[in-house]
Amino acid sequence: MPHDHHDHSHEGLSPSGHPYRADNDTDLSYWQVMEIALRELLIKKGHLTAAQIHAQINAMDSRSPANGARVVARAWVDPEFKAALLDNAGEASRAMGFDIGPMHLIALENTDKVHNVVVCTLCSCYPRNLLGLPPDWYKSRAYRSRTVIEPRKVLSEFGLIIPEQMQVRVHDSTADMRYIVVPAQPEDSFGLSEGELAAWVTRDSMIGVSLPLAPQ
Amino acid sequence: MKVRVKSHWPPGHIRTPAYLRGKIGQIERRIGLFNNPEGTAYRQPGPQRELVRVRFRMAEIWGARAERGEDEIEVEIYSHWLEPV
Amino acid sequence: MTEFFGKRWHDMGGDPAGTINPDEHDFALWEKRVDALMVLTSAAGLMTTDSLRRVLEDMGPDAYETMTYYERWIASIAQNMVEAGAVTTEELGAKMAEVRARGVTYGAAS
Repeated sequence: MPHDHHDHSHEGLSPSGHPYRADNDTDLSYWQVMEIALRELLIKKGHLTAAQIHAQINAMDSRSPANGARVVARAWVDPEFKAALLDNAGEASRAMGFDIGPMHLIALENTDKVHNVVVCTLCSCYPRNLLGLPPDWYKSRAYRSRTVIEPRKVLSEFGLIIPEQMQVRVHDSTADMRYIVVPAQPEDSFGLSEGELAAWVTRDSMIGVSLPLAPQ
Repeated sequence: MKVRVKSHWPPGHIRTPAYLRGKIGQIERRIGLFNNPEGTAYRQPGPQRELVRVRFRMAEIWGARAERGEDEIEVEIYSHWLEPV
Repeated sequence: MTEFFGKRWHDMGGDPAGTINPDEHDFALWEKRVDALMVLTSAAGLMTTDSLRRVLEDMGPDAYETMTYYERWIASIAQNMVEAGAVTTEELGAKMAEVRARGVTYGAAS
């Protein structure tokens, strides 16, 4: 499908390597009409401003897994910060300068005995104010249904095999808390700086479906 | 402290997953007071409720269907859904 | 099918389901705008995360299977704005007709 309205030259793939969702170039859908109409009405009637919408999109675009990666990397190198993070992850993230709004965040530490993984069986709760919007699979029926009953099989589909003697702890994000997994620091990364370590921390490792990876 | 999730099946917007109803777990931590979604979902705020994190063993929830009975699930549950065991 | 006993369609923990599809997509502008509308109308006291979800749940399993994530969200936000008195269905209907008349693509109409 053509993407000649976009100001980039990749062939159907975004800079992050994902296909663009058909949008500007395809027939206007009923739901897109509703979005435009509702937005314009809310602005016209004084409930919102166009500037607020623009600023909110910018704020959301600025949130990404890189933020969480910096939090985890600091926890790896700074035991005091790690203690603060495990005590109150929201406050610890705010203290690092991240604008996470009113989000209540709990950090879950992976150890050599426990592996944590996060799911929302009822909808799609995710620490969006720190990590940005959730991946599509996180919102899928398959992930939401199966992670609470067969987490090991689900993790194996992500390529992660949990040893039999290790405890798997699933966190079903049902209410007001949001969760970030603090993966165990890989031995290969010992001695690296906080900045270098952040590159090892992937989004998926903070959801709990993979381990940190050496940057490519 | 051990608690049981009430086996109630009301209609409407409920944040207590069905798979936990009637199951027994251990309180992991108490989080504090929050708006009750069963009211706010319908624009009826009402009194706040205590939110509690409860830890369950997979064997308690799924019985013989569990992958590994000693694995665990932790879930936030509003206190009006919990009863002491 | 077993008799319905109160477990609703969206409450899917433990249900049988297929393998995880790892495909992802970047969000389109219109999807980001829907997301922003939810955040901002909530901050303005016109709706809550709970009222968003309540409408999504009441839309039923067919909507989950046939509509995209942000299509469901805009449907829920619109209903919430009507419930809050922020817009009327009459206003929304008239504005939607006006928007549709602007062009055949999202870019042309927005």
